[in-house]
Amino acid sequence: MPDSSPRRVRVTSPRTGAARVQRVPVAREIDAQTALGEVYMRSLLRSQLRLALLALATLVVVVGGIPLLFWLAPELSTVVVLAVPLPWLLLAFAVYPFLFAVGWLYVRAAERNERAFTDVLDRS
Amino acid sequence: MSAAGYSLLAVTAVVVATLAVGAYGWRFSRTTSDFFVASRTVRPGLNASAIGGEYLSAASFLGVAGLVLAFGTEMLWYPVGWTAGYLVLLVLVAAPLRRSGAYTLPDFAESRLESRGVRRLSALLVVAIGWLYLMPQFQGAGLALAATTGTGAWLGGALVATVVLVNVLFGGMRSITFVQAFQYWLKLTALLFPLLFMVTIWLGDGAVSPASTGTTPGDSWESPLAGAGDHRLYTTYSIIVATFLGTMGLPHVVVRFYTNPDGAAARRTTLFVLALLGLFYLLPPVYGGLGRLYAPDLIASGNTESVVLELPARMLAGTLGDLLSALTTAGAFAAFLSTSSGLTVAVAGVISQDVLGRRLGGVRAFQAGAVVAVLVPLGLALLAEGVGVAQAVGLAFAFAASTFCPLLVLGIWWRRLTDAGAIAGMLVGGGCAGGAVLATLLGAAPAGWPGALLAQPAAWTVPLAFLTMVAVSLATPRRVPRHAARTMVRLHTPEAVQLDRGVLPR
Repeated sequence: MPDSSPRRVRVTSPRTGAARVQRVPVAREIDAQTALGEVYMRSLLRSQLRLALLALATLVVVVGGIPLLFWLAPELSTVVVLAVPLPWLLLAFAVYPFLFAVGWLYVRAAERNERAFTDVLDRS
Repeated sequence: MSAAGYSLLAVTAVVVATLAVGAYGWRFSRTTSDFFVASRTVRPGLNASAIGGEYLSAASFLGVAGLVLAFGTEMLWYPVGWTAGYLVLLVLVAAPLRRSGAYTLPDFAESRLESRGVRRLSALLVVAIGWLYLMPQFQGAGLALAATTGTGAWLGGALVATVVLVNVLFGGMRSITFVQAFQYWLKLTALLFPLLFMVTIWLGDGAVSPASTGTTPGDSWESPLAGAGDHRLYTTYSIIVATFLGTMGLPHVVVRFYTNPDGAAARRTTLFVLALLGLFYLLPPVYGGLGRLYAPDLIASGNTESVVLELPARMLAGTLGDLLSALTTAGAFAAFLSTSSGLTVAVAGVISQDVLGRRLGGVRAFQAGAVVAVLVPLGLALLAEGVGVAQAVGLAFAFAASTFCPLLVLGIWWRRLTDAGAIAGMLVGGGCAGGAVLATLLGAAPAGWPGALLAQPAAWTVPLAFLTMVAVSLATPRRVPRHAARTMVRLHTPEAVQLDRGVLPR
């Protein structure tokens, strides 16, 4: 670096007795049920509820759609896949791994939400 | 030795093993908390096996195969719904319910809504659902023992009741947890092992599809829609609603969540249960399918529920077949014992707290509650001639879905729920569901659409209960519990965070 840059100057303030900004932990905001604490609680609740509804919607559309599908297209029940009738394949075997997968993704996401909430409270 | 001899030996072995495993748990059971919730220290792996063991009742072990044999693919909705019910439970109530810190459902209702009235009504409903579910277990035990060994029909029920009572009296929840975990694996083995032999035979016979042997032309065995005529779609969806939402309202299912160390563990346990149930439910439908090929006379005789017990002996000649049939009989007894144990603990917990709690204390009250919890449904089972295992269990699911499901879901996620709303919703939902099924059972239901609506009421009673609860709560805004916000903090925040969670119940 060339020395064309200006010299550093120390800036000081005479107001040494200025009030410090009070840092209130979020946990205490929640305990005191202030408007701010309410915002934190509401955001946790909303993110968990949105996640739950997303998982339920997946369940309703995929598993709940099966009767409707076979009602609209009854000839599907005679389709045979791998020597097994299609309805049997779906309801006796395929549905269980699907349910577990939805549950597994839900647990991961719910724990992530809680970790985010804990981190916010610890950082403050 | 005769086939009946082997079965008798197998049942004796299950009873002795149950008492032995239970006795292992007795040593740890000292405090009231041990008896009610195993001191909340059960790890997810053990707890999930216990939940699986407790949940897979006679309806799952014998009933599913029988229903599939008789009616076909549509009956697969029951095992699917019973598993999916756990997913709904996981997503909506598992962690908050554990964090609520309550012992029983009435405890939860009281601490959330701060009202004695809600507590009393919930206690009443827990006992009603519990007895409704215990009665067919005792009846089923009597029928199974009579079918395989030729004893009197009363003996099986009395035997199951005695074993359950001994374990609950001496060990409470601690003891029961070990017993049930053991019984899940016993039930899985009892179905899986004979199936390996039977599927080998089936493959050797050319692997004929069960769907190809229609007994009548136009048979709808492979159709996944339940019922007949115009209401097939309605009936199927009503079964789905009852099973998906009813699981969370069963008292013996809910009480298990309080045995987890914390909310996150409750979630992982439930996920584990999903896997165990999915594994188990792969098996009974295969018995139903094979039964259609190798034991079609059971359909004509209406004795389809014994297909699991009889099929191994029919497909495999000689001693091997008899031994494998004895194994499935042992599994069936494990099913009766484990479900009855769980229900007894749940009902005894409620009876001891809400009826006897004031006169007797702690463990004594729990033990007295257990005696009442077992003797009443045993008496009912001996007096009333079989309503049918699957039918009584179906009634319990529809009833639970119409009462406790709205209470739990709205209580956990909606802070404006009031005690008046909860009581009104449970009365309307429970009244309609109970009335509808009573009308069907007594044969008073009309034909056509009204009959279909009464036979499977969940699709309209559950939304009705939810609507009533919300409407009455909105109409009584001044009755919103004073500490609702604090309770929400307790239900939803992770335990690691230091927060004021209000007063824990008890």
